[in-house]
Amino acid sequence: MRLPSGGRIDRGKPLRFTFDGRAYSGVAGDTLASALLANGVHLLGRSFKYHRPRGLLSAGAEEPNALVELDCGPGRREPNTRATMVPLVEGLTARSQNRFPSLRLDLAAAASLFGPLLPAGFYYKTFLGPGREAWHRRWEPLIRRMAGLGRAPEAPDPDRYAHRYAHCETLVIGAGRAGIAAALAAAEAGDRVILCDEQPELGGRRLLSAGEVPGLAALRANPRVTLLPRTTAFHYGLQNFVSLAEILDRPDGLRERLWQVRAVRVVLATGALERPLPFRDNDRPGVMLADAARAYAARWAVLPGRQAVLLAAHDSGYEAAFALQEAGARIAAILDLRAAPPLADTARARGIEVRAAHGIAATRGGVRVSGVLAAPLRPDGSPDAARATPISCDLVLMAGGWTPNLALFSQARGKLRWDAAADAFLPGEVAEALTCTGACATGRGPGHPVAAIAAGALTARHAFVDPQNDVTTRDIALAVQEGFRAIEHVKRYTTTGMATDQGKVGGMLGLATAAAASGRTVPETGHTTFRPPYTPVSFGTLAGRHRGPLFDPIRTPPSHEWAEARGAVFEPVGQWQRARAYPQAGEALREAVARECLAVRQQAGLLDASTLGKIEITGPDAAELLERCYVNAVHSLRPGRCRYALLLREDGFLFDDGVLARLAEDRFHLTTTTGGAAHVLHLLEDYAQTEFPELRAWLTSTTEHWGVAALQGPAAREMLAPLVRGCDLAALPHMAVTEAEVAGIPARLFRVSFTGEPGYEINVPSDRLPALWEALIDAGATPYGTDAMHVLRAEKGYVIVGQETDGTVTPLDLGLGWAIGKGKRDFIGKRSLARAEMQRPDRRQLVGLAPLDGRLPEEGAQLLATSGARVAEGHVTSAYASAALGKPIALGLLAGGRARHGETVQATRLDCPRQPLLVVPPVFWDPEGKRLHG
Amino acid sequence: MLLITCPWCGPRPEIEFRHAGEAHIARPADPAAVSDAAWAAYLYERSNPRGEHAERWRHAHGCGRFFNARRHTLTDRISATTKPGETP
Ligand SMILES: [Zn+2]
Repeated sequence: MRLPSGGRIDRGKPLRFTFDGRAYSGVAGDTLASALLANGVHLLGRSFKYHRPRGLLSAGAEEPNALVELDCGPGRREPNTRATMVPLVEGLTARSQNRFPSLRLDLAAAASLFGPLLPAGFYYKTFLGPGREAWHRRWEPLIRRMAGLGRAPEAPDPDRYAHRYAHCETLVIGAGRAGIAAALAAAEAGDRVILCDEQPELGGRRLLSAGEVPGLAALRANPRVTLLPRTTAFHYGLQNFVSLAEILDRPDGLRERLWQVRAVRVVLATGALERPLPFRDNDRPGVMLADAARAYAARWAVLPGRQAVLLAAHDSGYEAAFALQEAGARIAAILDLRAAPPLADTARARGIEVRAAHGIAATRGGVRVSGVLAAPLRPDGSPDAARATPISCDLVLMAGGWTPNLALFSQARGKLRWDAAADAFLPGEVAEALTCTGACATGRGPGHPVAAIAAGALTARHAFVDPQNDVTTRDIALAVQEGFRAIEHVKRYTTTGMATDQGKVGGMLGLATAAAASGRTVPETGHTTFRPPYTPVSFGTLAGRHRGPLFDPIRTPPSHEWAEARGAVFEPVGQWQRARAYPQAGEALREAVARECLAVRQQAGLLDASTLGKIEITGPDAAELLERCYVNAVHSLRPGRCRYALLLREDGFLFDDGVLARLAEDRFHLTTTTGGAAHVLHLLEDYAQTEFPELRAWLTSTTEHWGVAALQGPAAREMLAPLVRGCDLAALPHMAVTEAEVAGIPARLFRVSFTGEPGYEINVPSDRLPALWEALIDAGATPYGTDAMHVLRAEKGYVIVGQETDGTVTPLDLGLGWAIGKGKRDFIGKRSLARAEMQRPDRRQLVGLAPLDGRLPEEGAQLLATSGARVAEGHVTSAYASAALGKPIALGLLAGGRARHGETVQATRLDCPRQPLLVVPPVFWDPEGKRLHG
Repeated sequence: MLLITCPWCGPRPEIEFRHAGEAHIARPADPAAVSDAAWAAYLYERSNPRGEHAERWRHAHGCGRFFNARRHTLTDRISATTKPGETP
């Protein structure tokens, strides 16, 4: 009911909105929650597990029940929004969640009747052990239909989100009285100050009083102060790196902004949160935190009920009751858990009946509270239902005491310490430059001890501790009874404090309940860790502009545009987009790959190999550095020649491979795998800078500088020769390099092969590659992609690091021992290769695998000695349909494989029990290597 | 996110750096001369302290240089960063 006067609202600006399809109106300054209350709507949702009717518990960010779905058009449907945090705007469309078919008549609420069937740990108990089958068949589909908070939007979010970085001397979080005072003091001292608060209006609990909030005008006038309303500090990172989510809802489409603030000092003025009280059916709509009811009356001029009962464990409840009385509500009674309530006489003087040492045995009503059973407390603190008397009311106020809001303090790795006098956890030691001030530092004074409150409610039915997760005092007691002692385990087992609540409403009461159930004190029980985010943050805010094409950087080789124009099929390789194949009109991918393979074997193909990592190593000691790092003999490599180079880790396992070309005595051109480029440079820099700083050798990444056209095939020389100036191609042997001009472009011309055919890798400045590419296509080369490249290299038994290797494979395992320089004293990993384990004959070794049934093996298939064997002796690393051989081929690693050629092994398959594979040498194509040197 | 002071470039955000393991682990001058056990210790055994930790970082997306840092493993507070060979 809206009061005729008062409140921080603008009655002159009416706003229309709908809830569950019904039209209502509110005014500017309303939240969705206050507007619904003003219209007499108290039933706002159904609970997660039992579908119990729920209304507003709070007026702020801690709201556990009133989660609604906002719908602002396609892509703007937002589930699980707390109605208390939504400023009312014209045309707002909101829907309740978690109900079927309607909020008032919810069939699944029958689950309430079966409450005992869904006790704490229900998920774990049925998911594990003998209940597992039943879980999949019966419970999971049922729960999926019933639960699921809200629906995610289907269309892309049309709004924009921004990121902003800021520095300041003082960041103040929370703009209540203490926060404003801290900001004023810091600003006076000359600091740049940022003051943020989650509410649209700054002032905190000062907003419960009418008029200007003191101090705000001075802060507004100070140019060094940035005021950020509707801005939640949700993550506290190391060294005062704090993330803030600012909600803007600007008409130009800028919806939210992420601030990442590095502050010299942080002041936490995050206040305290009022606790609910546990009693039977304390979750009925109309049962509300006392301070929240006071806020609805004071800030939004809404009376949440006409006839209220206060259940008090703290004096603050009296202030709330008096304020509501002044606003026109009747206070039917104050029930106080304490034997001697300090404000009892003040209340009686106002004509309010006060019953000391009383509690609530149960609430009455349907989808809204209609009364309570007031009961005197037994010696154990529980209400004595036998002596209860009914009191009619439409509002129950809970004043359970206050918990300092230390979520951010805890995120900052601050230690909480139990303060018996304050009956609360207060801030203890913290390593950050951080201070707490106001109610978060001291609490708001003790009331009835939380331990006593919990002890009195252990046996109550439906006494909700965490309404959002439907956790009751009995659930927690059951968890303790089943042996869960650590509070973190109790939390996970019962799910209390999960989801958006994160312990705001039920955290303290939950752990006090666990303490009471286990016969320990609260500090003995300890507290759970507060994890970011403090309140939910939308994905859009976190992503900012990093969406769509800007989500992740995309690297494209120089021929990309040419390939795109010809309808190439691409695949991501790390951040690179590489052409898999170049299908012609009407050609399937598989057919294109086969055609491209045959073109390379019979004629000449052209691959864009620009993605290979490239490092230029220069200096008088360049050769010595490489000699100490790579397995190869580098000093003996003459200028103008190349070697297939292997780099190990110190543990002896293969790290990367590539081609090492010596351009001059003091200059090398090294290639790495596409994915290994940065890692190889890092490793070589490490040795150059820290192990061998005396060597005069310098490393430069040239990956982006060189575009590489790989021309491969028996006709390669014939095609290339007319384009080359300054070098006699016929005189250039396999594994040689020279400088030349190709198609008029200065080039480093390598004669190397990754196909088994004679071939060239022509390196030109990246921006000239498209011209070279066109020239080679005009000369008759067939473009081929990475799929054909894989088939061709596998036919020749060439390995790919990361496919044939997995970090546990040595060069010897791969049959690459020949690459290791003879008589080398040392290189990275050499000592490890000398370990006995590395020389065992039964290590998994590279083999070729020829399917005896003509089918393509599955990559990753396990290899078994016999079809009945239970122990894998290896696995398939690569498998392809070979066009050149007209049959499928595979490579694999097999225990002692080199000595098992001719043996048949059994490969696992998904579609049939086993596939017989003949173990053969890994080189399927031109094993003598005649073509390569042709 | 940590703010790390590169001894050459000054304070920079953590994302510019790459962690490079414990500092002052010397590679044996003659690996062939050390026992399997000593080599395994060089490869795998690290101090893993609860407290001050001498470790290496590289300003990978900056000057590219390796340097030493002393970081407290509980608070992540970096009390000193030094060039190789320097003492704080
Ligand atoms: Zn630097």
